[in-house]
Amino acid sequence: MKYYRSHVLVCVDPECLRKGAHDVVDALQDELVATGLIDEVQVLETSRIGACADGPEMMVYPEGIHYAGMTVDDIPYLVEEHFLKGRVAKKFQLTQKAEAVSELGAPTAKEVRVVLRNSGKIDPENIEDYIAEDGYSALAKVLTSMTPEEVIEEVLASGLRGRGGAGFPTAKKWSFCRASEATPKYVLCNADEGDPGAFMNRQVLESDPHAVIEGMTIAAYAIGSSQGYIYCRAEYPIAVRTLRIAIQQARNFGLLGKNIMGTDFSFDLEVRMGAGAFVCGEETALMASIEGKRGEPTPRPPFPAVKGLFGKPSNVNNVETYAVVPQIINKGAAWYASMGTEKSKGTKTFALAGDLKHTGLIEVPFGITLREIIYDIGGGIKNDKAFKAVQTGGPMGGCLPAEYLDLPMDYEALAKAGSIMGSGGLVVMSEDSCMVDIARFFMEFTQDESCGKCVPCRVGTRRILDILERICAGEGRDGDIETLQQLCNEIRTTSLCGLGQGAPNPVASTLEHFLDEYKAHIYEKKCPAKVCKALIRYEIIDGPCTGCTVCARNCPVNAISGERRMTHHIDPDICIRCGICMQVCNFNAIEIN
Amino acid sequence: MTISTETTLLIDPTRDPEKKAVIDRIIDENAHLPGAVMVILNELQANIGFVSEPLQQYVADRLRVPVSKVHGVISFYSFFTTTPRGKHVVKFCMGTACYVGGTPQLIEKAKAVLGIAPGETTPDGNITLEECRCVGACSQAPVMVIDEEVIGRVKPNKLPQSLKPLMEDSGTEN
Repeated sequence: MKYYRSHVLVCVDPECLRKGAHDVVDALQDELVATGLIDEVQVLETSRIGACADGPEMMVYPEGIHYAGMTVDDIPYLVEEHFLKGRVAKKFQLTQKAEAVSELGAPTAKEVRVVLRNSGKIDPENIEDYIAEDGYSALAKVLTSMTPEEVIEEVLASGLRGRGGAGFPTAKKWSFCRASEATPKYVLCNADEGDPGAFMNRQVLESDPHAVIEGMTIAAYAIGSSQGYIYCRAEYPIAVRTLRIAIQQARNFGLLGKNIMGTDFSFDLEVRMGAGAFVCGEETALMASIEGKRGEPTPRPPFPAVKGLFGKPSNVNNVETYAVVPQIINKGAAWYASMGTEKSKGTKTFALAGDLKHTGLIEVPFGITLREIIYDIGGGIKNDKAFKAVQTGGPMGGCLPAEYLDLPMDYEALAKAGSIMGSGGLVVMSEDSCMVDIARFFMEFTQDESCGKCVPCRVGTRRILDILERICAGEGRDGDIETLQQLCNEIRTTSLCGLGQGAPNPVASTLEHFLDEYKAHIYEKKCPAKVCKALIRYEIIDGPCTGCTVCARNCPVNAISGERRMTHHIDPDICIRCGICMQVCNFNAIEIN
Repeated sequence: MTISTETTLLIDPTRDPEKKAVIDRIIDENAHLPGAVMVILNELQANIGFVSEPLQQYVADRLRVPVSKVHGVISFYSFFTTTPRGKHVVKFCMGTACYVGGTPQLIEKAKAVLGIAPGETTPDGNITLEECRCVGACSQAPVMVIDEEVIGRVKPNKLPQSLKPLMEDSGTEN
């Protein structure tokens, strides 16, 4: 391995790419060749440095200086200043901003980096970078000094539970699969991260793919498998590409394939792509999809550990679960178990999204409260509005109100509160969100994604959606609330798979915590949050309106009329309540009644 | 005459020798894999752009599986399309963060600018408008995807600017 005095990490996220990140990389290479520094300075492509909004951006190590906003023409100046003269090019140095917009910024005091330890630090397309961070040493330790039983024992002692959402103890899953007699056995990675509002797995796959590969290989050794599949959703083309590169590199290094590290253990991996079906995140549906069939779930038992992919014993874990295994092996179960709560050990990544000041990816130990996450890490609600609800666990999860802000994040506490951990999406909503509309939104999602195999889910979600649509349209009726509650109960108890069983959660939890809002819609025909279109009216206030015509020009249906410099008027019969006028008005002259 | 030949080729790409070569290569390379149907259909969708009924029949024949099985897979997954899409595809993310962040307003604006509803293609075959599932760029919500490019923090009044180059692109290559 070659040594460099300096490393330049250039962000190649979609947003930075659009702003010419590749051109910057090319220009950097050219300039380093021209100045003769190419053997001293290495240019790497990475993801998520954290300031794509000001991109293109780059990080220079070892100094840890963050540059952003340069163009190709600025590169000669930057190289001369930083690498030849050794001074910081202040012109492009990014100072800490009040409002971070990063997907993964520098960790705050309450955050830890275990699963995300290599994110943004290493070049995901270079296996040597991973190896330099102790990569594959856990695999070496396992293959040379541990029996499969000892591996399972170590993972059991760590308390690691499935990070896909259900929280089943990982080691137990492995031992069930190991105990199955049929062969061959398969190791499967569920990278079908379909929950809207969740992008933790994408981050891990794109920034540290070898951690997942190493974790899967260790699982394969523990279980006695020689073939694995990573099932990744089609919406993540970059993750698929990064994984394929990483697998090929691992093969070239003898870390995948026949006789890994010269031992008699063999294991190989293949990436399979989904095709846009949310239900394929359910493990039996996922296996059907890998088999090339419609992704319809099947009843359990038999569990995958007994009869899974191609009818053979299979072990399915989430991306994050596998990614943390190498570190448990290297640093020991006691180290991992020292973080978290009694029953939920270790750390969890969450995707913070919604009406927060700082959105993005975080990793925290279990047991942290929602308040700490939202206010200390997320910086509180955007525009200093009031907190209304946080939605945990994706479309199968629930909405929790302010009373639950001091809830410690662990599997049991969330389940008790009527929500779920899920894969880790946290969508925070301010007072401007209508909870009936949110429930309708999630029901629209599950209704659309229901595979249609079992009746409660296929028909039941449709019925719930019909009622919610009626309520949002101002046509709610007495008795709707009771019918909704009954439907929720029936769908939850009689559906075949996790999708149907969890589908009523958003409705049930909003009914429980925000019943007044439902009542206002049904009985008073009012939407307190001023969201439901049929129940609101946009009006232009006389005083603040300057007659600048911006609203009239942006109205998609030409419902706004008025002379220049005169107060404008919205025709309620034409207005479709899209809210664009309110967004574009510079004088806050539009209000909702 | 030219129009009808083109239409036939659009519906049955195996009649176009160039496309048939691509199709055959994809099938030959992947047919041996366990669960090959999904892999092959994904590749066909990516390289041909759609999987029409004649193409489904062709895949079924080559793989020696019933065409009902192939069609079952096609109709199950939302990524597969049976008709050609526009030259450019504009997708709006309907994930939770984007929905709360204003995707519905963006779609209204896009409908007004393009004159088509989600799921439709402009009459000149240039632009297809779609809603899509969460693309996992939630911290940049609301997000739209033009072809492969993810664009974050989209504002309704800036939308026409983003769509303009696509609309002007019409016909230059046809």
